[in-house]
Amino acid sequence: MQSLTVIEKLEILADAAKYDASCASSGTARRNSKGGKGIGSTEGMGICHAYAPDGRCISLLKVLLTNHCIFDCHYCINRKSSNVRRARFTPREVADLTLSFYRRNYIEGLFLSSGIVKSSDHTMEQLVETARILREEHDFRGYIHLKTIPEADPGLALRAGLYADRLSINVELPTDAGLTRFAPDKNPRQIEQAMGGMKAAMVEHKDAGKRFRHAPRFAPAGQSTQMIVGADGASDTQILGKASGLYQGFRLRRVYYSAFSPIPDASAVLPLKRPPLIREHRLYQSDWLMRFYGYRPAEVMAAAGEDGMLPLDIDPKLAWALKFRDQFPVDVNRAPREMLLRVPGLGVRAVEQILLARRHRTLRLADVAKLTVSIAKLRPFLVTCDWRPTALTDRGDLRSLLAPRTEQLELFAA
Amino acid sequence: MNALAAVTPHCHAVTLPAQDDFDAWRVAARALVQCGVAPDRVSWCAPGGEGDLFAAGGGELPVPAADAPQVWAGKTFVQLARTAICHADPARFALLYRLLWRHQANRQVLEDRADADVRRLEDFARSVRRDIHKMRAFVRFRAVEEDEGGERFVAWFEPEHHILRTNAGFFVRRFANMRWSILTPAGSLHWDGDALVEGPPAQRSDAPGGDPAEDLWRRYYASIFNPARLKIGAMLKEMPRKYWKNMPEAALIPELVAGAQQREAAMVKAGASEAGERPETLAAIDKAIHQCRRCPIGDLDNEAVMGEGPQDAPLMIVGEQPGDQEDLAQRPFVGPAGRVLDAHLERAGIDRNAAYLTNAVKHFKFVPRGKRRLHHSPTAKEIDICRWWIEGERAIVQPRLVLALGASAARSMLGKTVSISRARGQPHPLEDGSELWVTAHPSYLLRLKDEARDEQERLFQADLAAVAERLAELTG
Ligand code: SF4
Repeated sequence: MQSLTVIEKLEILADAAKYDASCASSGTARRNSKGGKGIGSTEGMGICHAYAPDGRCISLLKVLLTNHCIFDCHYCINRKSSNVRRARFTPREVADLTLSFYRRNYIEGLFLSSGIVKSSDHTMEQLVETARILREEHDFRGYIHLKTIPEADPGLALRAGLYADRLSINVELPTDAGLTRFAPDKNPRQIEQAMGGMKAAMVEHKDAGKRFRHAPRFAPAGQSTQMIVGADGASDTQILGKASGLYQGFRLRRVYYSAFSPIPDASAVLPLKRPPLIREHRLYQSDWLMRFYGYRPAEVMAAAGEDGMLPLDIDPKLAWALKFRDQFPVDVNRAPREMLLRVPGLGVRAVEQILLARRHRTLRLADVAKLTVSIAKLRPFLVTCDWRPTALTDRGDLRSLLAPRTEQLELFAA
Repeated sequence: MNALAAVTPHCHAVTLPAQDDFDAWRVAARALVQCGVAPDRVSWCAPGGEGDLFAAGGGELPVPAADAPQVWAGKTFVQLARTAICHADPARFALLYRLLWRHQANRQVLEDRADADVRRLEDFARSVRRDIHKMRAFVRFRAVEEDEGGERFVAWFEPEHHILRTNAGFFVRRFANMRWSILTPAGSLHWDGDALVEGPPAQRSDAPGGDPAEDLWRRYYASIFNPARLKIGAMLKEMPRKYWKNMPEAALIPELVAGAQQREAAMVKAGASEAGERPETLAAIDKAIHQCRRCPIGDLDNEAVMGEGPQDAPLMIVGEQPGDQEDLAQRPFVGPAGRVLDAHLERAGIDRNAAYLTNAVKHFKFVPRGKRRLHHSPTAKEIDICRWWIEGERAIVQPRLVLALGASAARSMLGKTVSISRARGQPHPLEDGSELWVTAHPSYLLRLKDEARDEQERLFQADLAAVAERLAELTG
């Protein structure tokens, strides 16, 4: 077989990486290239350099080192028994591509993962080597995210953390049963052990960083994970339960949800239809409620129906409000921050502005309207000095009055 | 005295040296406040902007009295104003001055987010920040050889607001060791690794037309998006069309969008045909497998062979696939291997008629050799695809124990390949609570001779005996 050119490999190995949801490049230590030999900077907020027609942003060169794999996970396009075209980059080729894209301001850095070739350790070594070339040989100061191989020697993951901004280990599926069924070569215990090891290393390095000024940084952007939604039968409450367990147990920065996509060469144990994308969106919204709106996991789960699924036609915040109507209406001029945050349609920004504004005046409905996107959907849940929704919150058809409310999505747009 | 002041003696016209010169605005604004010049008596402009006409004479600023009160401006205001002054709207200077003026009477004026001026200021600052952000994101450098050797990276960009200078620091910090230029219709920036030089406005044709890395980048862009999840609105919201003309990858968007639906359909088709819901009776599965063409085996000249046996059988025996005779007879385990199996089952005291017998793969895979059809083993992928059907059978029969004959059958149950020698002789729990036992396929015995065969027959018999015993335990 003729050997592939770099551009052909890029096509194959980027295509194989497109099922990874994460592309974030934010939340790491501030760096720039002044006083160095190379290029690159990170200034807290990551930058999305382009958007693809699937609406997702492109901020990193997201590729696989190789899509050869000795594992046989059913949901994965690179599974051993799949017929896809295979390709393999050398660490140096990936490093060169990263630099060449970075210099032209196409990307913020690299997100590198890999199929498992030869052995887990060998693969992990190659990932680390790529990061080493970038950092040590080229003094690259942009963002690096490595997806680590949980089956590899923990010592390698520790080395990875010294080069990378972020490390991730995918839990893949929300339940152990799902994992056993769809990823027979993976072991849920091993995945959690690897996450635990990573968390310990981060805590330790942070601690050392406080005491010694020159202590090396270890994955300053923390660790994240990804779960595939809709491949197995797990319900939304199971998924959210798993996510909140992970947030607490391993102090993850982010849990990404990836709606299962039909993949070429899928095996028949998988559903052939993708779950509605809106389901993935509802899960992200629930995630937001927990991370930024002060909802406890159990509360978000209470917004789900008896089947454990969040409603698809309305967002989880509205679903919660409709279910716990006795908490409403909320008095805009008096309610504490936490309660204002529970009003469907009021985002964090609007709540902050209400809190500031009400120090100066008693707010009328029209004042609130100026601070929010649409007052119509807020009205049933609010009391202002000139408005009280009387029986509106008790109306049986309130849900149908408010749904579908596509504008609500905007509030959560990441 | 300038022209405007001459006509309306109580008015002041202030001309700032540049569109984004906050410090000059601040000096003028401070003096005006101290002299008590109300906002409606000041007109502001900057070179190249609206109102330039009146600026001809250049306005003299009023000189405040020595004991004029200090002008007060909070930190938030200064920060917001510094950003908002980069906005392209000519009314921004006046808005800033009006707010500064109001500030003197009410120091909390900025906190009232319902106030129209405050909201306008925030809107200005927000669009400037967005423009700054978009410039950081959407500038695309192209490499050019320089006369003195080495490369310079040159970009053409068209900002909406006056943000070029404000944004320079970002590019300096990021590309400190590169030589680069950013050209815009309002001015240009040049960095040589040490110093930043501002240059005159440029034209698009001053910038290079392409870069060899763009082919790679476009290929990356086309490959990284998932055609199964088109969301054009979300893309447009963050990357409005006005930026597209300077981004090499954007030219691909129309064809990517047009091809996406087709690609998704192809992806689904490559996976298998549309499955819909799996039938819930054995009869319906029987019917469905006859139409199944999810894998290439179904396209051969053969018929699907359904499992057989009682629907409530406690034991399910799984073989690899129907053979030549099974295909003709339309029944599992009727050929030579079936006869070997029967003999051993009998010796182990297992009643074949009380078990549900089936195969991991439903169609006979073969290659024609003259009049004969030579058996070919199914691939792992074919087994995985056909697993859909046997899982349906298992869900209906709900056996307490499953006996897999050979590696293909074991894979079908476990989803992964195991070695028979290591897996045999012990139970493997399945997720529905039943147990899987694994042994060799009887056709394997048929291929052996003499001692090797005796040895394997013994092992096979021992496996069946263990299964019989366990089955008795399980069914009480
Ligand atoms: S062998 Fe199985 S998957 Fe292949 S066509 Fe026949 S029934 Fe379908």
